Amino acid sequence: MANHKVTRTREFVKGLWDENAVLVSLLGLCPVLAVTNSAINGLAMGLATTFVLFSSSTIISILRKLIPHQVRIAGFIVIIATFVTIADRFLAAFYPDISDALGPYVPLIVVNCLILGRQEAFSSKNPLGRSMLDALGVGTGFIGVLVVLGSIRELLGSGSVLNFTLLGDWFAPWMVMILPPGAFLTLGFLIALSNWINERRAEA
Amino acid sequence: MNLILIFISAAIVNNFVLSYFLGICPFVGVSKQLSSAVSMGMAVTFVMTIAAAVTWLIYHLILVPFQVVILEYVAFILVIASLVQLVEMFIRKVSKPLYDTLGIYLPLITTNCAILGLALFATLREYGFIESVVYGVGAGAGFTLALVMMAGIREQLELADVPKHFQGAGITMIVAGSLALAFMGFAGLLSV
Repeated sequence: MANHKVTRTREFVKGLWDENAVLVSLLGLCPVLAVTNSAINGLAMGLATTFVLFSSSTIISILRKLIPHQVRIAGFIVIIATFVTIADRFLAAFYPDISDALGPYVPLIVVNCLILGRQEAFSSKNPLGRSMLDALGVGTGFIGVLVVLGSIRELLGSGSVLNFTLLGDWFAPWMVMILPPGAFLTLGFLIALSNWINERRAEA
Repeated sequence: MNLILIFISAAIVNNFVLSYFLGICPFVGVSKQLSSAVSMGMAVTFVMTIAAAVTWLIYHLILVPFQVVILEYVAFILVIASLVQLVEMFIRKVSKPLYDTLGIYLPLITTNCAILGLALFATLREYGFIESVVYGVGAGAGFTLALVMMAGIREQLELADVPKHFQGAGITMIVAGSLALAFMGFAGLLSV
């Protein structure tokens, strides 16, 4: 059961770093690697995922006593898929460029284990307010990683961040960074960096 | 000829794991041992092939005629989830040894994004029925290939002196990056 000694602020903050879904739990890696070839794509993907996470956490937390235990996973997935369809249609209608760039990775939010994981581990057991805070925290942590990863890859791969050119003509873009290998390598270094920071913090 | 191209494209050139980043969770989670990697690969290939056929039928015989393509994602994920359950029950009844090998990996496959990704890509590319099935087999073979290679490398890695902060997930990503780099050599081999 939920530990109510945990403060509400803590429910939000823990998702940002200590229990960061990507760097610590290694959840939801597919979109993290696939769409971070530029900062703007990462940001869009992060926002879409957070929207789906927040909405489905809200609904599932409200319905948590009504959903029978045996079919809960199927129930969660249908709720998640509904919000993903909303997000997908919204992007296609208002931001067609981003929708094209993200392609099938928007519908793939359905099977993002980060979202299902939060429902199973948190929203289905906790009251509404806490579930919403938890979803926002985890979502913000996810956006953070996507934007950092997207910025690094865009900077090294195209010499710009958010389409603003930062590195001048002297810089020969590392094409590999915006291709698949760059995603794996950058994430590997980010995870190592976060381990290093955690160790420094533990020592301090 | 076209079918062979689709197979090679799905298995090697556009490898699901290394160039589409689909199925990363099992790729990282189940690649510690060679034997379990082989079983997982077989289970995924099996489900992918059936899923490719079933989702094609659902899309073209139900969603399109009734003009409810908007329900695509909901329908696909439900079909895949129940399919995995069915396959699990079927294997348990028919072949006990096969169930013992694949058993624990089957439920995990529901949330394997490679399966849903396969269904979505096949729809997006407007493949016919046979093409979709071949695409499913090819994607499964590619997944197995990547998983087995990764497991082989990670078994060797156990003996290697990895820098402290890279141990675990970090070095796994770096190895995956090197594999992806190697697979990029196949890019341009063919375009399907």
